[in-house]
Amino acid sequence: MAVKLSYREYFKEDALPLMWCSGCGNGILLRAITDSLADLQIPPHQVVVSTGIGCWGKADDYMKTHAFHGSHGRALAFGTGIKLGNPDLHVIALMGDGDALAIGGNHFIHSARRNIDITAVVSNNFNYGMTGGQYSPTTPLSSKTTTSPIGVAEPAFDVCGLSEQCGANYVARTTAYHVTQMKRMITAAIQKKGFSVVEVLNTCPTHFGRRNIAGDPVSVMQYLKDITVNKSRYEKMDEEEKAKYLVTGELVNKDRPDFLSVYRELNPAASETGRGESK
Amino acid sequence: MPYELISGCQAAAIAVQRAGVDLVAAYPITPQTAIVETLANFEAKGELGGEFVSVESEYSALSCCNGAVAAGARVFTATSSHGLAYMHEMIQWCSGARFPIVMVNVNRAVGAPWVLDPDQGDSLSQRDTGWMQIYCANAQEVFDTVLQAFMLSEELLLPSLVVFDGFYISHTYEPVDVPEVEKVREFIGPPQFQAQVEPGVQANLHGLSKGETQLQLVRRRHEDMLRAPQVFTAINEKFYRVFGRSYKTVDATIPEGSKTAFLAAGSTAETVKWFLPELKGCGLIQLRMFRPFPGDELGRIVEEQGLERLIIVDRNCSTGTGGYFAQEVRAALYGLTVRPVIQDLLLAGGIDLTKDILAGAAEKSPGDKLVDQEWGVELK
Repeated sequence: MAVKLSYREYFKEDALPLMWCSGCGNGILLRAITDSLADLQIPPHQVVVSTGIGCWGKADDYMKTHAFHGSHGRALAFGTGIKLGNPDLHVIALMGDGDALAIGGNHFIHSARRNIDITAVVSNNFNYGMTGGQYSPTTPLSSKTTTSPIGVAEPAFDVCGLSEQCGANYVARTTAYHVTQMKRMITAAIQKKGFSVVEVLNTCPTHFGRRNIAGDPVSVMQYLKDITVNKSRYEKMDEEEKAKYLVTGELVNKDRPDFLSVYRELNPAASETGRGESK
Repeated sequence: MPYELISGCQAAAIAVQRAGVDLVAAYPITPQTAIVETLANFEAKGELGGEFVSVESEYSALSCCNGAVAAGARVFTATSSHGLAYMHEMIQWCSGARFPIVMVNVNRAVGAPWVLDPDQGDSLSQRDTGWMQIYCANAQEVFDTVLQAFMLSEELLLPSLVVFDGFYISHTYEPVDVPEVEKVREFIGPPQFQAQVEPGVQANLHGLSKGETQLQLVRRRHEDMLRAPQVFTAINEKFYRVFGRSYKTVDATIPEGSKTAFLAAGSTAETVKWFLPELKGCGLIQLRMFRPFPGDELGRIVEEQGLERLIIVDRNCSTGTGGYFAQEVRAALYGLTVRPVIQDLLLAGGIDLTKDILAGAAEKSPGDKLVDQEWGVELK
């Protein structure tokens, strides 16, 4: 019987220390992903991590899976190619809020519409952390950033609502504070056939935190706890109260046929010549 | 004089604020971000004179600028590396549309792999897109050139790319003479071009055109750009009278009797200039304007000084051909009766240009290829 894989088989310990600031939740998220892969016992060489640019885009540096480091915003575009090139591979796209929703927004909505079998893990820290804390498409209205010193005049994207409306099969929201839930969701998302999105609300004490909450790790973690409420409680709230919170939990879990299944049904001849499952 | 200790990025941003713009649309990218952050701060204090918007990509930023110019606004944006590459389609749209947009590009290499080195290939690879390109060697040149670029662009109805090196110029602090806003605005004046879309007059811009029209448009754009050195010189004469500084399209510092000169653009020119007293028998030609290429002026300098050898400092590489500057210089000097030997010091990426590298190149024979030398850099 094969030896059970631990998270260490997916994580490059020799690459420590992590480049992220102290108090950043990306390390927690990285551990949850490697734990999920270990739980599912997917061999590391069958996993491709596709990333773009940003703090969270550096995550592939710490993973022993395959890593495709792409340009800003294109993790899903590269990932689509990888998945179609060899459907046997598990593709996990790691994107920050700017990467996924701003410059890569088009790829994001079309991946969901197409329902390509990719797991998107969006680390949403409410700003562009790597370039020094500018406002992004998920920065809450009126928050202060280096490009909005008196407050941002644009409302934030609801990442999960957008994913749902565009057709993703699995959509869930959690935070860097809710570690157990985070791991459960990532495991479910990897198992789901079709496009799955896990939005992880994350801390950025250095930039967003310092300008809007506080610069210390505990305060930003507390903030994530304070601004969220789980689905069961959320559903009992009236509209006025709902507006004060971001809902966490599994928000969509359905089984619309994924892109490759539909494609193969329509065009079986094309698939027979391809690689992967059809060989 | 009101000198301030500022970075290259701040110099660019303050110049934009001094000039006065209606709109800045941008997307953050290292090492340019400090420019748009500084402009966002001016806007927050109500000192920008216009609006600042951080849009969803560089493509959107330049598209937004295009629209704003059509509506009569003076606009500015800044980018680097992948940002500039991503704008490539819109870059050509705006020169074809004859929009006088001013953009700063802070040099940074383009991936893969992910890279931060101040390679010049990002801007040089945009040489055929109809933008004027001016390279700055220090923060004062950045400040002055950004101001002048608004005038140059608005006079010729062509966009300008003001270029300087990432980190070496963008992030280092230098004393810069920063004139008062009133003095600059009086000098530059309000936008010198007409709105194309405005209430009351119906406009239909950039629709399908036929071959002959296109030929005419491209020729006119080309001929107008060829006037840039002359307009640049006129702007600098005027600039000198008000601010006491002026620049040439190509500048030469050739010690008496020197028959060899380094040719460099951007911060590498400043480095060569600094080491010139120790590089016996060598001079410097600083290239500021790259588009249009000031070939006539360069030829005149080479002939007048009787230069026999040019060492071209290329912090870039057009794969398969070599350095961009070396290519352009060879083409420009081809018509001379006596041509100098041209050697390409190919330093793609961002290694520090040291005195040893320069002296090593100068010591080589004119027939030698300047590659894989003993830079003290291990090339694997």
